[in-house]
Amino acid sequence: MMRTIALVLFSLTLSGIALAGPEKLANPQLEARAVALQQQLRCLVCQGESLDESNAPLAADLRRLIRERIAAGDSDDSVKAYLVARYGDFILMKPPVKSETYLLWFAPLGFLAVGGGIVALIASRARRRLALESAARDHVLGRTEGNA
Amino acid sequence: MTGEVGLLALCLALALAIVQSLAGLAGARGDGGNGAAIAQGAAMGLLVFVSLAFGALIYAFVTSDFSILDVAQNSHTAKPLLYKFTGAWGNHEGSMVLWVFVLSLYSAFVAFAQRGGTRLTCAALGVQGLLAAAFLLFILLTSNPFVRLDPPPFEGAGLNPLLQDPGLAFHPPLLYFGYVGLSAAFAYAAAGLITGEADAPWARAARPFMLTAWIALTLGITGGSWWAYYTLGWGGFWFWDPVENASLMPWLVATALLHSALATERTGAFRTWSLLLAILGFSLSLVGTFLVRSGVLTSVHAFANDPERGFFILLMLIAAIGGALALFAWRAPKLETGTAFHPISREMLLLLNNLLLTAAAATVFVGTLYPLALDAWIGKKISVGAPYFAITFAPIFAVLLLLVPFGPRLGWRRGDLHSALRILLPAMGAAAAAAVVVLAVARPASAAGAGAFALAAWLIASSIIDAVRRNRRRTFGWSAAASALAHAGLGISLMGIAAVSCWKSEASEVLAPGQSLTVAGYELRLRDVGEARGPNYFAKRADIDVVRNGRVIETLSPEKRSYPAEGQAISKAAIRTTGLSDLYVALGDERGHGSWIVRAYLNPLAPFIWLGGIVMALGGAASLFGRLRVRVAKPLAYVAAE
Repeated sequence: MMRTIALVLFSLTLSGIALAGPEKLANPQLEARAVALQQQLRCLVCQGESLDESNAPLAADLRRLIRERIAAGDSDDSVKAYLVARYGDFILMKPPVKSETYLLWFAPLGFLAVGGGIVALIASRARRRLALESAARDHVLGRTEGNA
Repeated sequence: MTGEVGLLALCLALALAIVQSLAGLAGARGDGGNGAAIAQGAAMGLLVFVSLAFGALIYAFVTSDFSILDVAQNSHTAKPLLYKFTGAWGNHEGSMVLWVFVLSLYSAFVAFAQRGGTRLTCAALGVQGLLAAAFLLFILLTSNPFVRLDPPPFEGAGLNPLLQDPGLAFHPPLLYFGYVGLSAAFAYAAAGLITGEADAPWARAARPFMLTAWIALTLGITGGSWWAYYTLGWGGFWFWDPVENASLMPWLVATALLHSALATERTGAFRTWSLLLAILGFSLSLVGTFLVRSGVLTSVHAFANDPERGFFILLMLIAAIGGALALFAWRAPKLETGTAFHPISREMLLLLNNLLLTAAAATVFVGTLYPLALDAWIGKKISVGAPYFAITFAPIFAVLLLLVPFGPRLGWRRGDLHSALRILLPAMGAAAAAAVVVLAVARPASAAGAGAFALAAWLIASSIIDAVRRNRRRTFGWSAAASALAHAGLGISLMGIAAVSCWKSEASEVLAPGQSLTVAGYELRLRDVGEARGPNYFAKRADIDVVRNGRVIETLSPEKRSYPAEGQAISKAAIRTTGLSDLYVALGDERGHGSWIVRAYLNPLAPFIWLGGIVMALGGAASLFGRLRVRVAKPLAYVAAE
């Protein structure tokens, strides 16, 4: 949190607070596309904030840039490709699935698979033990009844 | 003088911590020596001297003693008294003293309560002494808060204005009570492994510490999220920021631990799970401290800039985690007894709870550290933001929430699924109704939102059913109240999170006085923007009338504050809450001719996010209260599933 604060503050001191506003597109459909795009792209200065949320001046510039490209008729993908070419995968809030991120994307499945295996093992042993215990209990009970 | 008293107190505390660890570990052999009495005395002495050092630091901050470097760098005479006081821990050195203070507080509790018998207490005190010694060494060698400055400056550099907020003033102590509370659970786990006494009484002895830590973490995370919401100026409440993740991971593992320990408390089942989770929980607290304090988060290269601190924490990390895990690998296999249960039983659900919570924590761990690792290894920079966690973390958590209501409904060893389903039938009805209503009413229609509300209704309704049934059968005790509250709290938070994520409305316009913007049926009319003054800041304050159906219902006054001492500006949002929704207004830049950017949001059900956190913490408190009322030596009376 401290780091975010420090970075947010750093950007604030540079700019004052540059909230989004005048850079809106007149066409509401295009504007909606721009908003959707800026939610998928991160602010390059602040941690954990998207372009949509960031108060940094660079974020405001990029919001303007996105609108210019959209107004010029670019598709969403080509706007993204344009920004990735300039700033790298770093700008994408959702990292692309490629060789260097396989581990990132598939690790959760790996955890579930390994953990699930362990749980299944424990459960099957516990079940066998339960069966043995009840068998043993039946045996003991059966014998006492027989003696009586 | 204050500085020297504080420094001397820290040195004496270090000596006592070493005595405590040696005497404690000697006493753990249980050979009738006086190790126990010495360790207990040392723990009390440790608390006294650490309190003295902490008090000296606070005194230096409150009296603005700028001959102490830490005070000169982080305080200012014009600051309100509250922030002079809390500024003592609003910096690296002070926060480490707070850390050790909380640690010594817990260790005094352990010494005083003597839970679980002499040997276990001694071993736990020994481990806590080791931890305290390591942190005190860290403070004295790399982060001495009492370094003098000659000549002292006339004025201090001030405290980050974002931290000058009542919410954040008490956020660090709460979070530290959580992080460090897990050290007590860790100490008990290590003690259980050392003495071999890691059975049901062990879990009962350690549980109050686990619960205290969990309650504090829950409240700390809730408070931090609320603070981010109202200070960062755009109404977000969770950022998947590495520092937030650093507090979420121990919380997830501590939650798993509380559940696994339920089984351990009863019959000693899952004791290796419980031990491992206790070790992992505190390890993640340490990892969090390392991440936050070493500077690796902003850049892997920051680590090289201030290597001393980072290196020291890394060493502590390896020693504590490696040592504990080695101890675990060596001793744990001899402790496991094996339990017998059917796949449809409460044990099985606790096991699934553990699986899903640890998988969720591991996912957060990977998402947080992967960018750092990738940058360090191949120099490529990527971002792992909210969309990653929405795809990976959210489904795991959704499955967990789906299973939650079955837990309290299934019996130990062998449960009756048929009767559980029958009892939970009304909750399923509530879930279906919630989904239908949400799909019919909420616009834009959102399947994810409807699903989340169904899950929330499922959680809340099943908690109510559980409470009502147990009350009717007179088996509604503290532990039943705990699970009902904690699980319902999850549902309440989930509703808030889903509603804000799916149905937030926002609007931003450049407004001149007299002009207005509309958000979700509210008209916000800018009356004017004037000057305002605080104790140590100047502000531009906008007066904005909230108009509904042609009538002014309230005037909101968001501010833009600038702090001359610190040379920083922050935005102070104004929030009008009805309890069911927040109208959130922030003031932006001036755009010439007296017109200003105004940004407004309507966040439906936003207060539920934090209300749920508080309800969960109340659940924890109920469990804690129930446990403390029962003497440890006696077996606890458990609420059997019907």
